[in-house]
Amino acid sequence: MPFQIFEGKMDRKPLIAMDVVDVNPEEWPEPLKRHFSDVLDNPLAWAKKCINEYQAEAICLSLVSTDPNGLNRDSSEAAKMAAEVINGIDVPTIVWGCGNPDKDTDTLRELTSLIGTKKVCLAPLEDANYRSLGATAMAFQHPMVAASPIDVNLAKQLNILMENLGVNLNTVMIDPSVGALGYGIEYTYSVMERIRMAALSQSDEKLQVPIICNLGREVWKAKECRMASGEDNMGDQETRAIMMEAITASCMMIAGGELLIMRHPKAVNLAKAMVDGLMA
Amino acid sequence: MALTGIQILKMLPKKNCGECKIPTCLAFAMKVAAGQSEIDECPYVSDEAKETIGEASAPPIRTVKLGAGDSSFTSGGETCLYRHEKRFENQTGLAVRVTTAMAASDVDGRIERFKTLQYDRVGVNMKAELIAIQDSDGDGGKFSALVDKVLADAPEANIILMSEDAGNMAAAAKACGDRKPLMFGATEANLDDMVAAAKDADCPLGLKGSNLDNLVGISEKAVAAGLKDMVIDTGARTLRGLFEDNVVARRAAVKSKFKPLGFPTIAFPCEMSDDPMMEAMIASVVMAKYAGIVVLDDLQGEILFPLLLEQLNIFTDPQRPMVVEEDIYTINGPDENSPVLITCNFSLTYFIVSGEIEGCNVPSWLLIKDTEGLSVLTAWAAGKFGADLIAVFMKKAGIEDKVKHRELIIPGYLASMKGELEEELPGWTITIGPREAGHLPAFLKEWKPAA
Ligand code: SF4
Repeated sequence: MPFQIFEGKMDRKPLIAMDVVDVNPEEWPEPLKRHFSDVLDNPLAWAKKCINEYQAEAICLSLVSTDPNGLNRDSSEAAKMAAEVINGIDVPTIVWGCGNPDKDTDTLRELTSLIGTKKVCLAPLEDANYRSLGATAMAFQHPMVAASPIDVNLAKQLNILMENLGVNLNTVMIDPSVGALGYGIEYTYSVMERIRMAALSQSDEKLQVPIICNLGREVWKAKECRMASGEDNMGDQETRAIMMEAITASCMMIAGGELLIMRHPKAVNLAKAMVDGLMA
Repeated sequence: MALTGIQILKMLPKKNCGECKIPTCLAFAMKVAAGQSEIDECPYVSDEAKETIGEASAPPIRTVKLGAGDSSFTSGGETCLYRHEKRFENQTGLAVRVTTAMAASDVDGRIERFKTLQYDRVGVNMKAELIAIQDSDGDGGKFSALVDKVLADAPEANIILMSEDAGNMAAAAKACGDRKPLMFGATEANLDDMVAAAKDADCPLGLKGSNLDNLVGISEKAVAAGLKDMVIDTGARTLRGLFEDNVVARRAAVKSKFKPLGFPTIAFPCEMSDDPMMEAMIASVVMAKYAGIVVLDDLQGEILFPLLLEQLNIFTDPQRPMVVEEDIYTINGPDENSPVLITCNFSLTYFIVSGEIEGCNVPSWLLIKDTEGLSVLTAWAAGKFGADLIAVFMKKAGIEDKVKHRELIIPGYLASMKGELEEELPGWTITIGPREAGHLPAFLKEWKPAA
């Protein structure tokens, strides 16, 4: 199990990717926005800032703007912008669609045709679009994220379906649909531990796949990250929100999360410090 | 190993008299085996049988109690390594440390924050439960004075006494009276005196090793001396070391029934980092991985609250979903023209739905129907969220007196219930809401009561 290095190897530290959103995230709370205030309108500059200033080791580009229930930006437009970001940076990158299966298929397909040989991780592949997106990812040899609703069997089932399609599970990460601290993290935590146990103790090959946790977006939705300083005895807003994100990350790494997507630079640093402490 | 129902039955008198409030001895034996009844409930079992059964059914991590009355604190009693295997029994207790080396104002501040930083969530009162009082320099007078102060100023606090001087410890334990403190600080050097003091005071003893092996040695001696209630510390003060020791100790106790490590553990992030945020990260790791008590240097709302959330979440019983009470919840100050929504009482659903509504600033009435903690679809399938039940609940809750319009927004997943509900609720328009809570803000911003 994670960090039990007294009895087994843990070759890689968990990797933390910083979240970059493809449209100015008006709804982000101020204590988060202020760290990106000069780049919120420019995803490429934003990604570069994460890498150069905040030492991000990976980037997740979230294509929020394409959501048909939101801005509904045109797929080709969004793909073009995403390609610019990807071509402008040189760290591992995940491109995370809006969660609408059809729209994501359109956008991510378009994107793969624009970035040449550069590899990015495509997310999320769900029940509804794993065929089309899986085929695209395979054709261009991109890794991918298989997203299923918080359940060990559903995660396994989707991996089996992907394998039947011809996907090599070496190129897949599981997104178990994570919940934030105070918002269902206990379910995430146990489902992840069970996935890990199945993979390690029962040698379930279909689950021997890294787990990715897109936790920043969940945490920063929480009311507790939005309440002003001093409200309800909960102290300073920014510190509180950072701790919400960092502790969510801590729980997920303990339970088996290998790639985390996070937002606040200080929360990222705390999570990294925790990993260093555990692996010192 | 725990005994089976049949093994227990053999030790019962088979009178089937029902005095245990279970009709037959067999049924009672089964309940005892399942841990749902105490063997003491049968007045006819021999003491010998009680001991055998008690011994066999004792959890591999001993249950240790501190304090007295309503605000007492229980640690240990754990039976598994992963919460999904069964559940974690007793949540990690959070403690704040005061020392005789601290300025009076620092002590006062900590006690004050200990008392005021409390939070209510799903009917649970979340707070730090313990104060650790440290004898920094062996001055018995100063230590007693600080103990007296904490006892007087924080009447609800459970106490951890930290001293390596058995004399100081004995005096302080006496001062605590029936508020049983944890007497922390038995080392190899002072073990005999500390064991005597703990026996005398009838309080749990904290064992502090210099490493895991050393701790096992101390623990074996303490057990041999007849002590039962202990809390253990391997002395590890690095995150890696602490995590490793906690995992090894829990596993040895649970999997191999290794008695010397079958006690709750105590961890001291307060001695491991000067940065309160990093201290909290350490606490976060060891809360999930097996610390019975975590001692912090200070309490601040912005850090304590997230830690308490983790405590609440990790220690929830996975087999019993958390629920919120059936009621009408007001969000953003609704009035008679505000939308009325209904959903289940699974606490996660409640938090997500209410969070989305709150976030979009639309004043709303949120009806929470008791579905025994089941989610919307499961509840509906199990017949706990049927149209008839919803109608009864709506009448009882009195929502008709609160709004002028007659329009109810139901979860998108229950679209098929619309017709039935309209029959059960004459005069009401049933509107199908979004399937995902995330789409509620857009939906609510557009919403106008049906004409
Ligand atoms: S009280 Fe004892 S003897 Fe009577 S039914 Fe219960 S178990 Fe049997």
